[in-house]
Amino acid sequence: MKKDIILAGVGGQGILSIATIIGYAAIESGLNLKQAEVHGMSQRGGDVQSHLRISDKEINSDLIPQGGADVILSVEPMEALRYKPYLSSEGWFITNSTPFVNIPDYPDMEVIISEIDKFKNKVLLDGDKIAKELGSARSMNVVILGAASSFLDIPYEKLEEGIKFIFARKGEAVINANLNAMKAGREMAEKSK
Amino acid sequence: MKKLLLLGNEAVGQGVLDAGLSGAYGYPGTPSTEIIEYIQRNPEAEERGVHKTWSTNEKTAMESALGMSYVGKRTIVTMKHVGLNVAADAYMNSALTGANGGLIVAVADDPSMHSSQNEQDSRFYAKFALLPAFEPSNQQEAYDMCFSAYEISEKYKIPAMMRLTTRLSHSRAGVVKKEAIKENEMHLPEKRDQFMLLPAFARKKYQHLLAIQNDLNKESENSQYNVYTDGKDKSLGIIVCGLAYNYLMENIKDAPIKHPILKISQYPLPKKQIEKLVSECDKILVIEEGMPFVEEMLKGFLGKGINIKGRLDGTLPRAGELNPKLVRNALGLQELRSESIPEVVSGRPPALCTGCPHIDTYKMINAVTAKYGKGHVFSDIGCYTLGYMPPYNAINTCVDMGASITMAIGAADAGFFPSIATIGDSTFGHSGMTGLLDAVDCNANVVIVIMDNDTTAMTGMQDSQVNGKIEKICMGLGVEKEHIRIVVPLSRNHEENVKIFQEEIDYKGVSVVIPRRPCIHVYKKSMRK
Ligand SMILES: Cc1ncc(C[n+]2csc(CCOP(=O)(O)OP(=O)(O)O)c2C)c(N)n1
Ligand code: SF4
Repeated sequence: MKKDIILAGVGGQGILSIATIIGYAAIESGLNLKQAEVHGMSQRGGDVQSHLRISDKEINSDLIPQGGADVILSVEPMEALRYKPYLSSEGWFITNSTPFVNIPDYPDMEVIISEIDKFKNKVLLDGDKIAKELGSARSMNVVILGAASSFLDIPYEKLEEGIKFIFARKGEAVINANLNAMKAGREMAEKSK
Repeated sequence: MKKLLLLGNEAVGQGVLDAGLSGAYGYPGTPSTEIIEYIQRNPEAEERGVHKTWSTNEKTAMESALGMSYVGKRTIVTMKHVGLNVAADAYMNSALTGANGGLIVAVADDPSMHSSQNEQDSRFYAKFALLPAFEPSNQQEAYDMCFSAYEISEKYKIPAMMRLTTRLSHSRAGVVKKEAIKENEMHLPEKRDQFMLLPAFARKKYQHLLAIQNDLNKESENSQYNVYTDGKDKSLGIIVCGLAYNYLMENIKDAPIKHPILKISQYPLPKKQIEKLVSECDKILVIEEGMPFVEEMLKGFLGKGINIKGRLDGTLPRAGELNPKLVRNALGLQELRSESIPEVVSGRPPALCTGCPHIDTYKMINAVTAKYGKGHVFSDIGCYTLGYMPPYNAINTCVDMGASITMAIGAADAGFFPSIATIGDSTFGHSGMTGLLDAVDCNANVVIVIMDNDTTAMTGMQDSQVNGKIEKICMGLGVEKEHIRIVVPLSRNHEENVKIFQEEIDYKGVSVVIPRRPCIHVYKKSMRK
């Protein structure tokens, strides 16, 4: 088993939390893991990405080779496209559809959608809207994780444990909100598959 | 055994703790910051009373670590690559004094300059100082090497470098812990002159340092981290350093190659293995993260003799960090299929956060400087460097920490008016105070703007040593009290702030203006408490 996942978004959108949840779940499932992340300058509203590699064998490179990723999991649609060179031809492209506009020349959404349409395997969902409807707007990242959850080859319960682990200090209410967010994302992805 | 999931930096933090650390020193800087941060939040470090607060700059950190080593305790000092320039005086001389308690100098290089002004390679410093260096290829090695580095450091009584690079520093993997070692008992150096570099002593120490080079080479030749894997196909031999080893293995794990491979993770370069590889192989490919350090040494100035491939002949790019694809190309393997980035994707450079105090400060500065024309504001390193970008276009320089003040002095000395410096609070503490003393000493006609956002924001909100003391420091250095002006950078104060700033521009002499408002992330955190 091997899953190479590119996590993408904008600094502050919560991709490192997604990485931590998946990482926890992978380790608890007895798998090997390497996860390269971005710290420093780009966290100030710039593009951020994380390379998450999971395998039952030894993992060498901390970076995923271009053309080798099994999944792009993005909390922002233009950022998802930025990592297209990494996706393998059979890989899954899973992204939030709500743009994060903090630059003057943010492209037309129509053009972005048409680029996304070109992917063979894709899930496009409005994570911001789903999270808001659930009453926890800040869980958008976990909604997207939910949408990707069936493509990760990790037992769903382990991801749930991951959520309980990383939000442990924030109390029952936050844990439940995130568990619900993940479930909603997963259901949405099932529908659109 | 259960693995800990650690960043490369955290593995170093855990490694030194388990190897008997008594004190950690450092100044923040991407990608090195998480070593100290990990130690700071480690409950065991707290319990043991391990020293772990940030220092004012890398030089003070290096010297404090040297002091802890002097009394026989194990210590680490951490910094980013350019930090070693600041600590270089102490580092170079520590090669002569040597260490008493184990001393690790952990330096994180940032090839490709993800968050840096340049991409220098710290291995040159280790060679320059004639000191050993370790270059882990993965998180487990980063952990294990802390034990080895302390052993070498105490065996030869010298500091040992741990050279890290961005992708290892900021990548997580499972690490298996070793049995922890107790901290050293306090003990002074055996010889009273060990740390005394009067020339007569220094000459002897230099001879000693030269004399142990052979032993350090033997250590490298016998190191568990330098691994020679023989291969039948001697048309090519591969030398691969540190993290680059992973990129090599990534590309050959499914289709092993038959060339001999020498993995290097401990320096000085192991002579025996290199001799063997070079004498047996027709061509040598050197794959190293950073500058062509090994490659240049093997090639020599004229490049005659050995046939060497690497960064110097274009087999690999001359600048920037490596990745699996570049190494694949260098090996001449078939490229993996991959698509290009769609054209619609636009860049998303970092920017000042909405509500950032620096924005209001730049508005104030721009409102005053516009009438004097372009180019009047020297600046420095921190979040506020982003004020170079539109829509602010407020500053013109960023060189090295502290250079804003001293460059403003030089320009003012040439008759340039107004000559303005903007510098963050942490940067002011790091290297601005000495420059301000120069300004006072020659009564330079400058306005120094110390942007006090109550933190070291750029590197992730570390405490800044000068917080709460800035006015006192300025007064202590001789700035006149009437010309130390505090403003609150908020849009509702704009008119008043502009007036104050203009008054200080008009004053002929040293003025300090301190725009003071917390970084919004610090503010939000304090509201949550
Ligand atoms: C010699 C050296 N050490 C460390 C760094 C990393 N570094 C860049 S900016 C900065 C601190 C910035 O803090 P401050 O001056 O308070 O400005 P702020 O980011 O808070 O606006 C640090 C530590 C560096 N570039 N050079
Ligand atoms: S982190 Fe703080 S200081 Fe830096 S840009 Fe954001 S608000 Fe400004």
